[in-house]
Amino acid sequence: MITARGLVQTFHTGRGKNAKEVRAVEGVDLDVAEGEVVGFLGPNGAGKTTTLRMLTTLLRPTAGTATVAGYDVVAEPVQVRRSIGYVSQVGAAFSGAYAGDEVVDHGMLYGMSRADAVRRGQELFERLQLDGLWKRMPRNMSGGQKRRLDVVMGLIHDPTLVFLDEPTTGLDPQARANLWQHIEGLRSTHGATVFLTTHYLDEADVLADRILIIDQGRIVAADTPDNLKAQVAGDLVDLEVADAAHVAVAAEKLGAIAESVERDERRVRGRVARAGRAVPGLLRELEAVGVTLDAIEVARPTLDDVFLTLTGRTLRDAESGEGDKEEVA
Amino acid sequence: MAFARESSIVFRRQIRMNLRNPAWVLIGIMQPVLYLLLFGPLLEPLVSSFGVSTDNAYTFLVPGLLVQLGLFGAFFAGFGLIGEWREGVVEAERVTPASRTALLVGRLMRDVLQLFVQAVILVGLGYLMGMRGPIGGIVLGIIITLIVGGACAAASNALALTTKSEDVMAPVINIVMMPVLLLSGILLPMTIGPEWLQNLANLMPFKYIVDGVRDAFAGSFGTSSVLWGTVWAVVLAALGTWWGTATFRKENA
Repeated sequence: MITARGLVQTFHTGRGKNAKEVRAVEGVDLDVAEGEVVGFLGPNGAGKTTTLRMLTTLLRPTAGTATVAGYDVVAEPVQVRRSIGYVSQVGAAFSGAYAGDEVVDHGMLYGMSRADAVRRGQELFERLQLDGLWKRMPRNMSGGQKRRLDVVMGLIHDPTLVFLDEPTTGLDPQARANLWQHIEGLRSTHGATVFLTTHYLDEADVLADRILIIDQGRIVAADTPDNLKAQVAGDLVDLEVADAAHVAVAAEKLGAIAESVERDERRVRGRVARAGRAVPGLLRELEAVGVTLDAIEVARPTLDDVFLTLTGRTLRDAESGEGDKEEVA
Repeated sequence: MAFARESSIVFRRQIRMNLRNPAWVLIGIMQPVLYLLLFGPLLEPLVSSFGVSTDNAYTFLVPGLLVQLGLFGAFFAGFGLIGEWREGVVEAERVTPASRTALLVGRLMRDVLQLFVQAVILVGLGYLMGMRGPIGGIVLGIIITLIVGGACAAASNALALTTKSEDVMAPVINIVMMPVLLLSGILLPMTIGPEWLQNLANLMPFKYIVDGVRDAFAGSFGTSSVLWGTVWAVVLAALGTWWGTATFRKENA
């Protein structure tokens, strides 16, 4: 459904002495098969939106090629646009126009007749739980309703491939969970291929069959969430000892089964392969040498750990450091 | 065919939003109407000394105000587009297969229609104040105004998508508009000025357009002013449309 090779996007900012070349995307290769839900994950400024804008023909690649829904994004942009739906970060409907009017006009720009656009629009309003809001202005809608309206506009012409850019940013948890259901429905009831960007790990984890991780304009990993997590060496075991004097002993015992043990005043932690099997033995040994624990925590690896393993930074560090790279939102 | 259809979809959408807020059409015409009511009487005793083709103060003033309306009204048309861009409307339209030129032309059709309504109000009011002229001349004058207005609206939309900020756009328009207003002879004919000022005004395309509309209103169709005014209007319209389309087409917009 999507094939991209060596996509590059370079922006020029400033003039004269301040002129600077910013490479927002430096050589992205990616493949998405029909029917897949792919999560495109990375910190703000990693190049997610820029890549997406190249795949949706909004931005001409500086270098590289991409085929989307069977058409070349540079040579055949109109055919690409006809085949894809795009739900952008900022929305699509004007705040002071009636929702239904915006949806119908949008459908008609895709060449649909008014009657078809109305029928399809009303069908989608129902499916995305917007019934009764046809004559409501987006400025009078909740954040979740507005996002669902954007999704309706993206689906009005029945695309087989849907791009969603940060679909749940700024939504409250309930609206997020609700939108997730609808995104899952895109494939299950609509048979669409879905390509979504997110900087939320849980979102990628819940929705995506496969995750592409992008950092500083390059794809650093592409695999299923489970396989990605399996790359991280083991589960995180975190022990808090009751008596600070026992930290050294606890660290030694943990070190027997874990890699790279860290310790501070009263805590020791390390990564243990198959913690479920190893930890009971560890606890017995600690008890045998008289170490009392205040707390014990065992955590499965998260995508954040994956990101840390791949890039040496946590997702949050990456965000604070690279925030201004992706200027074109 | 597809182009006309797409333009009209964009046009209807814009008109629908405008009709929801008709106050703007009236606010836009307030400025020329105030000039007509409060400045026109000052011209009455002076106009015969101008050496222009009419000695009716309103036949002299209305054409100038008409061009002013075309310039100012249209230059502010782009402000609405910044709001639409910010809310993702422009991007959503650009991701459809619709022609980029149609996205602009649909909006220009709205601006020109709005200008036409304002022009009719202004001319009607001028007539009540005492303006006189042949109907053919008035029609020609309004047509030239609409062409210029379309050009300015296109430039304004282009400027809007280039600056993407009302705070940047407003001062730019002011910087451009002040010399245009002063050097076009909208309120007083440039012919009464010193030579250096006249020479400066001769560099200003809008001066020829004001002169052309003025001659048309006075019934002198065959003058070179009418010819050059029309030529300049068409040239500006072509430039404005080219610039506007280029920004809608530009991948970064």
